[in-house]
Amino acid sequence: MAQARVLIQTQDFDVSAQIAALHAHDARVGAVCSFVGLVRDRNTGPNAALRINSMELEHYPGMTEKSIEDMIDAAHARFDIFAARVVHRVGLLQPLDAVVLVAVSSAHRGESFKACEFLMDYLKTQAPFWKKETGSAGATWVDARVSDDAALARWGIQAKNA
Amino acid sequence: MNVTLKYFASIREAIGQPSEWVQTQSKTIGELRAELAQRSPAYALAFAPERPMRAALNQVMVDASAPISEGAEIAFFPPVTGG
Repeated sequence: MAQARVLIQTQDFDVSAQIAALHAHDARVGAVCSFVGLVRDRNTGPNAALRINSMELEHYPGMTEKSIEDMIDAAHARFDIFAARVVHRVGLLQPLDAVVLVAVSSAHRGESFKACEFLMDYLKTQAPFWKKETGSAGATWVDARVSDDAALARWGIQAKNA
Repeated sequence: MNVTLKYFASIREAIGQPSEWVQTQSKTIGELRAELAQRSPAYALAFAPERPMRAALNQVMVDASAPISEGAEIAFFPPVTGG
């Protein structure tokens, strides 16, 4: 059975187990690169003193999985990698919680490093998730960042999000 | 034609429901957005032209010029903030 490349779930994930599953029994793999995104309790900028108590992650079931699958296909087309997987949590999360894992395998490290960053930059601007933060000031939807569009543009992808 | 509409995040909150079926004469996503803005004050606010908005057609991100077809699933949502 083909391994799941994209998991969208409410539960926490085990980074070690996910990485092990990514390259299990594949002795071609010389490099695995992974990224973990976490929930912070604060933002930078004008509201830096405010604390976030929880974060709600909404998504578009169906499109979420499909869009990330397409991003992984794009990573395979651009980089010499063996496998990639993404786990992204949804639902109610707290500061310190893991939100997202991107893991990539290749023969040598250069391709994995690049593909991992590519997938994160792509996901940040094109995967249908929305974050709502709750703190002492109430609940607010997080704004998309222009800097994320710029990050995606570095890979030659012009896609407007923010 | 008949299409299914889905709304997410602050757009959903502004409209007050996550989805609905509509009959429309609009030919593109952009026309449909303008048409929806006419429905009521709440829709006008949700679909105000200055409000940044993204759309998906049958679960693929598209821009305002994308043509719509009978039975399509069309989603309107704010810029995404995942990862």
